[in-house]
Amino acid sequence: MSRTMFTRSLYQLQNLSRSNGLSLHSSSTNFKHAVLAAFQPLLHSRPYANNPQPAASASSVDQAELAKFAAIAESWWDAEGPFKPLHVMNPTRLTFIRSTLCRHFGKDPFSARPFEGLKFIDVGCGGGILSEPLARMGASVTGIDAVEKNIKIAQVHADLDPVASSIEYRCTTAENLVEEQMKFDAVIALEVIEHVANPDGFCKSLSALTKPHGATIISTINRSMRAYATAIVAAEYILHWLPKGTHQWSSFLTPEELVLTLQRASISVEEMAGFAYDPLTGQWSLTDDISVNFIAFGIKNSE
Amino acid sequence: MVCLCYAKEKEVPLSLSCSIVRGDMSRFIATRRLASNIFVSKSATRTFCNDAPSKLNDVPHGSQFNKELEDEQGFTNDIPQYDIAIVGGGMVGMALACSLASMPLTKQLSIAIIDSNPALTNGSSIKKDDPPDPRVSTVTPATISLFKGIGAWQYVEQHRHAYFDRMQVWDYTGFGYTRYNARDADKDVLGCVVENKVLHKSLLSCLQIHLTDGNKTEQNKDFKKTIYPTRLSSMSLPTRSSVSAAGASQSKSLANLAKLELSDGTNLYAKLVVSFNVGADGSKSHVRELAGIKTTGWNYSQSAVICTVEHSAENFCAWQRFLPAGPIALLPIGDNFSNIVWTMSPKEASNHKIMSEDDFVKAVNHALDFGYGPHPESQVFGSGVLSSFFRPDVTSSANEGFELPPKVVKVASQRMAFPLSLMHANQYASKRVVLIGDAAHTVHPLAGQGVNMGYGDAASLSNVIADGVAVGSDIGTWHGSYVQVTLLKKYEADRKTANITMMAVLDGFQKAYSVDFGPLNILRAAAFNGANVFAPLKKNIISYASGERRLPFLS
Repeated sequence: MSRTMFTRSLYQLQNLSRSNGLSLHSSSTNFKHAVLAAFQPLLHSRPYANNPQPAASASSVDQAELAKFAAIAESWWDAEGPFKPLHVMNPTRLTFIRSTLCRHFGKDPFSARPFEGLKFIDVGCGGGILSEPLARMGASVTGIDAVEKNIKIAQVHADLDPVASSIEYRCTTAENLVEEQMKFDAVIALEVIEHVANPDGFCKSLSALTKPHGATIISTINRSMRAYATAIVAAEYILHWLPKGTHQWSSFLTPEELVLTLQRASISVEEMAGFAYDPLTGQWSLTDDISVNFIAFGIKNSE
Repeated sequence: MVCLCYAKEKEVPLSLSCSIVRGDMSRFIATRRLASNIFVSKSATRTFCNDAPSKLNDVPHGSQFNKELEDEQGFTNDIPQYDIAIVGGGMVGMALACSLASMPLTKQLSIAIIDSNPALTNGSSIKKDDPPDPRVSTVTPATISLFKGIGAWQYVEQHRHAYFDRMQVWDYTGFGYTRYNARDADKDVLGCVVENKVLHKSLLSCLQIHLTDGNKTEQNKDFKKTIYPTRLSSMSLPTRSSVSAAGASQSKSLANLAKLELSDGTNLYAKLVVSFNVGADGSKSHVRELAGIKTTGWNYSQSAVICTVEHSAENFCAWQRFLPAGPIALLPIGDNFSNIVWTMSPKEASNHKIMSEDDFVKAVNHALDFGYGPHPESQVFGSGVLSSFFRPDVTSSANEGFELPPKVVKVASQRMAFPLSLMHANQYASKRVVLIGDAAHTVHPLAGQGVNMGYGDAASLSNVIADGVAVGSDIGTWHGSYVQVTLLKKYEADRKTANITMMAVLDGFQKAYSVDFGPLNILRAAAFNGANVFAPLKKNIISYASGERRLPFLS
């Protein structure tokens, strides 16, 4: 990321502490936000990092979000169901993960099981659509999810493949594992951070789970105009790829915010990439365009 | 779940955990771990090695193999599991196996080859003086580069083979002719004609090299291939009900695989079953039937007679003449020999098969020469005054005059006849099953494309499998949707378009040439001459037929 982007983000954060919750950066964004606020009925302000969090919630779990996922848990492995976009996007995400982690851990990218001997954790694993391929790549995978149903579905599906049945699934949260003092070589949380109540606390938990000089990979959706048009209006209302209300635009994080949040959690982001969807071929691909879906790879500072 | 956590915290490498687990853990977990470990620990005895033929002879069927497994683990799960089961040991299947063996991502997949042909295991070699086999294939440059990529082409070049860079196509009406030259498309060769048994043998040699490297490095031991010298008798594929009905977790994972029952009683499980050929008598692909994949197609009311013939001098050009009943092709195969592929009605085909050799030679010479119609006139550009003003973009071969093919002196092999048909499978893949080659499509031999389409399928499938292994997919999954969610759908999308286009083109040719009607003949001839003269069109045709582009007329 360029130095100018960092400087701009710093100014944005300073404005944040002054503007009481909504992320208003400049007059033009003020206007955009006002317009969107008129259209989006459920625009609820999320207290970001600089605002003190109510002391009650020790975990970053948002019960309303959990309920949404619990309702459609059975259809995780139905490639035609509500999780179809994830299934279609999965190989692209795995390509990024495989390439960055192979480079980081110095593994041979042409080996069929490059992650032998490494411990990974998939935070928010859902039905295990990321955990199973990682296990097939040789890693010892732990999958955690706050929704009990998801874990059950994941276990049942993993039993169908002897390699995947070595995955350890637990219904718990990242914070609980931090209390258990567990450490992993790579912590992967894809499409989770936009559903948690406290992204700052969540990133701190992820960081605590990562070994020093270990890897953290987070993917989410950018809080941009284009993402509103694509990920919410098009995906939920027009194409019906996702059930309505799956995502809240205000919960999205911009790449700058994510980088700074991770920095505060002692993780420095090394690489970032975006996913682009080509409607003609129906395929996702990795790009430099981080304006909608993006994924970030960071390394935990060695202590 | 608790047991698994415990095992993991020990943090032992996967292959060692086998022995630790057996002692004190439940059988339940051990079986699952062993199912994936089994080949890592037993690779030395399972591989197909040329320097251990006795071991293979001791295993006429898989039962001893099973017994060793049982002794080793002492559990009830004694049925071997493979990643890929290739049903049949023919050329296209071996090309797939070789291609998988040559890529680092797929080298470690375990492959079972099911074929009762003894040629696969006895390692016989082809001698130089062997009479040429009438079953030959014209291999396009795309297929040649595939073979070079997997390291098998060097073996082909050690045996009889014939590159050709010229081709002449004409018909009986005498209205026109076309000459193709590889130089028109800036290439060296248009193709190479090789006997099928040479191709097969080269692929087998290549496979063997991938298994038994001179240094016996750890890398080569990874490639596990077992040959089952028997035939497939039946296969059961997983369905949603069978998977949910399976009881214990271990049998659930087995219920999710394809189970193959062989004719000698052995059973094996596979993540992916590949079928690429049809029965020798032209019957349907067994695997395709068992998978319930339907086909579309029709029989051409034609049969092909194939034969090797000898000339007095070497032939360097491929000749094809369209006769009223079907085309006759004369393809050089090296050493003064050529191969004849003559399409005609089934009755005529059986006549030609049984007639005396002298009569057959006369018939062939007649068909290639003045039979059924006159010679076309040679066209030569640049001789008239006007041509200096109009300089159409012609290729050099447009200036070549019409030549007569070399005379056939005698017949050099037995004659074979087989019926021709067009067939295309409605789907190329289903859960745990994929079709490549002849099992997926058959075409008319008039352009020599059939086996090249099959090799293209094999190359595409091995690339798709490699991509799948790279992202940790379960290689046999298939979801019925138009979006390429899974691997097999990707393979199908890639190959179906290419294959269907080629089949449409070839079928179009076959139909265009089966009608003998004055105005249509003239139209045909006009198209012919157009193809001969217009350079961009000719380049396009040559590069499409060489396998360089997937679709004709689209750059």
